[in-house]
Amino acid sequence: MEDYELFDRNTKAIIYGLQANAIQRMLDFDFVSKRNTPSVAAIIRPTQDGAIGYHKVFWGSKEIVIPIYKKLNLAMKNHADADVIINFSSFRSAYSTSKEALESETIRTLVIIAEGIPERQSRDLVRIAKSKNKMIIGPATVGGIKAGAFKIGNTAGTIENIVLSKLYRPGSVGFVSKSGGLSNEMYFTVSQNTDGIYEGIAIGGDRYPGATLLEHLLRFEANPKIKMLVCLGEIGGLDEWNIVEAVKDRKITKPLVLWVTGTAAKILPKGLQFGHAGAMAGSEKETADAKNKALREVGVIVPNSYDDFGDKIKETFEKLQVEGKIDPIEDFEPPSLPMDYTMANKLGLVRRPTDVVVTISDDRGDVPLFSGVGLDTIIEKNMSLGYVIGLLWFKKKLPDFAQDYIEMVVKLTADHGPAVSGAHNAIITARAGKDLMSSLTSGILTIGPRFGGAISDAARYFKEARDKGMHPQEFIDHMKTVIQINIPGIGHRIKSVNNPDVRVKLLKEFVFTRFPKHPYLDFALEVEKLTTQKRNNLILNVDGCIGICFLDLMENLDLTEEEKQDVIDAEILNGLFVLGRSIGMMGHIFDQKRQRAGLYRQPWDEILFAD
Amino acid sequence: MAQKSIYEYDAKKLLASQLIKYFPTYEYHSKLLVITPDTNLDDLANRNPWLKNEKLAAKPDQLFGKRGKAGLLLLNANFEGLKAFVKEKIGKELEVGNTKGILERILVEPFVPHSKEYYISFTSDRNNDIIHFSFQGGIYVEENWDKVTHVSIPIGTDINSFNVTNKLPNLGDLTDVLIPFIKGLFQVYVDQDFAFLEINPFAITDDKKIVPLDLKAKLDDTASFLHQDTWGNLASPVQFPPAFGQKMSKEEEFIQSIDEQTGASLKLRILNRDARIWTMVAGGGASVIYTDTIVDLGYGNQLANYGEYSGDPSREHTEMYAKTIIDLITEKPDPQGKPKILIIGGGIANFTDVKATFTGIVSAIRKSAEQLKKANVKIYVRRGGPNEKEGLELMKQVGKEVGVPIKVFDRYTHMTRIVPLALEEI
Repeated sequence: MEDYELFDRNTKAIIYGLQANAIQRMLDFDFVSKRNTPSVAAIIRPTQDGAIGYHKVFWGSKEIVIPIYKKLNLAMKNHADADVIINFSSFRSAYSTSKEALESETIRTLVIIAEGIPERQSRDLVRIAKSKNKMIIGPATVGGIKAGAFKIGNTAGTIENIVLSKLYRPGSVGFVSKSGGLSNEMYFTVSQNTDGIYEGIAIGGDRYPGATLLEHLLRFEANPKIKMLVCLGEIGGLDEWNIVEAVKDRKITKPLVLWVTGTAAKILPKGLQFGHAGAMAGSEKETADAKNKALREVGVIVPNSYDDFGDKIKETFEKLQVEGKIDPIEDFEPPSLPMDYTMANKLGLVRRPTDVVVTISDDRGDVPLFSGVGLDTIIEKNMSLGYVIGLLWFKKKLPDFAQDYIEMVVKLTADHGPAVSGAHNAIITARAGKDLMSSLTSGILTIGPRFGGAISDAARYFKEARDKGMHPQEFIDHMKTVIQINIPGIGHRIKSVNNPDVRVKLLKEFVFTRFPKHPYLDFALEVEKLTTQKRNNLILNVDGCIGICFLDLMENLDLTEEEKQDVIDAEILNGLFVLGRSIGMMGHIFDQKRQRAGLYRQPWDEILFAD
Repeated sequence: MAQKSIYEYDAKKLLASQLIKYFPTYEYHSKLLVITPDTNLDDLANRNPWLKNEKLAAKPDQLFGKRGKAGLLLLNANFEGLKAFVKEKIGKELEVGNTKGILERILVEPFVPHSKEYYISFTSDRNNDIIHFSFQGGIYVEENWDKVTHVSIPIGTDINSFNVTNKLPNLGDLTDVLIPFIKGLFQVYVDQDFAFLEINPFAITDDKKIVPLDLKAKLDDTASFLHQDTWGNLASPVQFPPAFGQKMSKEEEFIQSIDEQTGASLKLRILNRDARIWTMVAGGGASVIYTDTIVDLGYGNQLANYGEYSGDPSREHTEMYAKTIIDLITEKPDPQGKPKILIIGGGIANFTDVKATFTGIVSAIRKSAEQLKKANVKIYVRRGGPNEKEGLELMKQVGKEVGVPIKVFDRYTHMTRIVPLALEEI
């Protein structure tokens, strides 16, 4: 690449800051310009954990990945062919990151996007760049573009605008301005009045840009592919006076169309700051009028106002054409870019089936909804845990007695001492030094047919029996001869008729007083009458009672037979046990951890070692 | 936004606290007070006995100079004299240049008798910091500008290894006090991110003590995050006061308040409420150009406002901005019923959503349709950017719907061409 060129069709950049949109726009530009390779080599994200990560982007309709580095030095080492860095870091850190880039071996051009960098820091960067013979574009800029070759970040806006302004292939015009905001307008103006932009640079709106308007004009002058120059200057500073000198000294000989904005300053209140930090006239020489006049006097093509800027550009270009100085452009139809799914969807052009259907909650709005009820309402009205379970498990606003029953079951099942399988396993796991989640799941995983499973089994068999119209004795016989298991929910190791389980007593009392009807409990108590005649510990136990009363709960809700069966089949009863018992198991885990309890090893004397 | 003036009081305090770091023999009396219309002078004197014990100097501290020439300087006065001066001046309107404003701050210090006044200032350009020094300070420095010595010091230079003495005129027996003073001051200027510092004049007492008399300073406000231990401290950052006499209207204050709420930019300056040309332009650069074009075409005296909206403001904020401008245009219809024009202009946006912002403007137009018709307002629109077709279509529609004349142009019409078109109505 010649000295006067900053970019070509192989230029690769490192982007400081994970600017996903800007990066995608650069690659989209590359694609419509038919570049062979993407212009982004690497991304820097100082806040990431690992040394290298990856960022996914589209290359046309395909996806590719770009490495993300934590540190700039590694990125520069691994991507020595990247000679541009586009620095998106904030005004606070832009100085140090820019300095590192300037002091590297591989970087030739630095672009600083941030606005609000202290002037002294900008000036120091200018000093370093000068001593290392490097180019700075910015600070406070959108960047620039070399048509058909390389686009800096967000320059030139959307891809539609890039195509309309013919920036996907080079024209003959070199353009430079302070303003980045107006560069889009100017690229389009140039494309309408000439064969298009060759290169466009926005040097940035600060008082001390990294390179001046003149420095870029001199590059354009040296470049034989650029036939004319267009420049938009600004009130404030003396940069345009250096252009006057350069034209006088014949350092600029190509036709230059230039307009200095800010002519209105003479009628505006003194000291009014125009758009840019650098745009304030400190002396008569810095005014737009003085600069336009001086430029006109040395032969620069200065319009009468911005309004005939486009006309002057057109006249100048046509003159060059007549003189035969303009080579024909090799234009082509830029490949069309696939539309982003989100945009196409917004426009109603595409549809896509979803993968997941959710009917119980929605967190897309301001407040999460549980079956349509806002979480704010639930909290403000102090609704119960049973109410929330009703919304999320049954998709129903449960009546008070049902909410209370569910909460009662959660309390009743919360813990059953350390010796039962679940708590025991949780304790052992916790003492093995595992985390809460592992300890809790090891406890939960023991819940099954023999531990905690009696609740749903009892519900299942008693429901079947009563629904088929079996008499209690008939049911007992059926379980013994056909199913061949003890009746789930009947029998207790210690408790008996004479020594009743207080938990069962409380449950029964609750159901009798609060449930309008309770056919299954009635049936189960008939069964119990018969079994306790046989042995007095064959009582309705707490697991059985919970399950059977749950059947009565459903009888009192407005559910069809199929819906009730769905509730049983979905293991909601198991759910209640898991929910309740998790409270106790976590309690045991915390208890062990608090004590710093050591590894548990079963003592040998509890084990029979046999052949 | 870069270089901002600060009060003389703040500048002197900042200098006093910093200069001793580099010029340890510097002694500052630290007797410096600001009197405002609310100050009770007797209470102030009780807390600061020097007000009664010493001869005093007092002057306005509101960012304007030439105070001596305007008779606003009190010198060699006693406390009673100060009281009379304050009573006569404070809270009163004065005219400085062409600007009228209220005198609200008077700076008072001990009077320093001196026979000679010196000049020093510091400025910066792209590559250098520049010291300007003269033996002829005071009010005549401008007339004697050819006697000022300018010493350019390339950025990045360590001042302590730079021979300043060689570059200055012969300072004679003041060398041993002036050179450390100038070098110290230079380091304060650099380290504290001053953008301009001028002490004109300063005096040197018989025992060779340096006393800054009048001082002007600008700081680079973008550097405030680097100076949280001095002027950028978050609890009480240095004030950047508006220029003397600059008062905001309620509309300007309202726009400033919504500007502060958003990451986008919304700016409004009213130039002449009775004028007939109003603008509502998107983008800082474009707003300058539209304003220029109106002036270049000879209609500057008819221009009512300057302002811009940019940075992708929300629909709601754009509507508030538009409503404010529409209310201003329609406030007083022209007595002869002549039309007023509103230029809703803009270049081709990078990313500002034209449809979203125009939805806000259209909503304001719809709600104010009767007002607009009564004031005979004609609207000219030109814009490009994301969703430009939809946005411009909305404008066309609302014009037809509510019967307000709206002419709409797209990117294929040169950005400012609507200005001459609109001016034909005037």
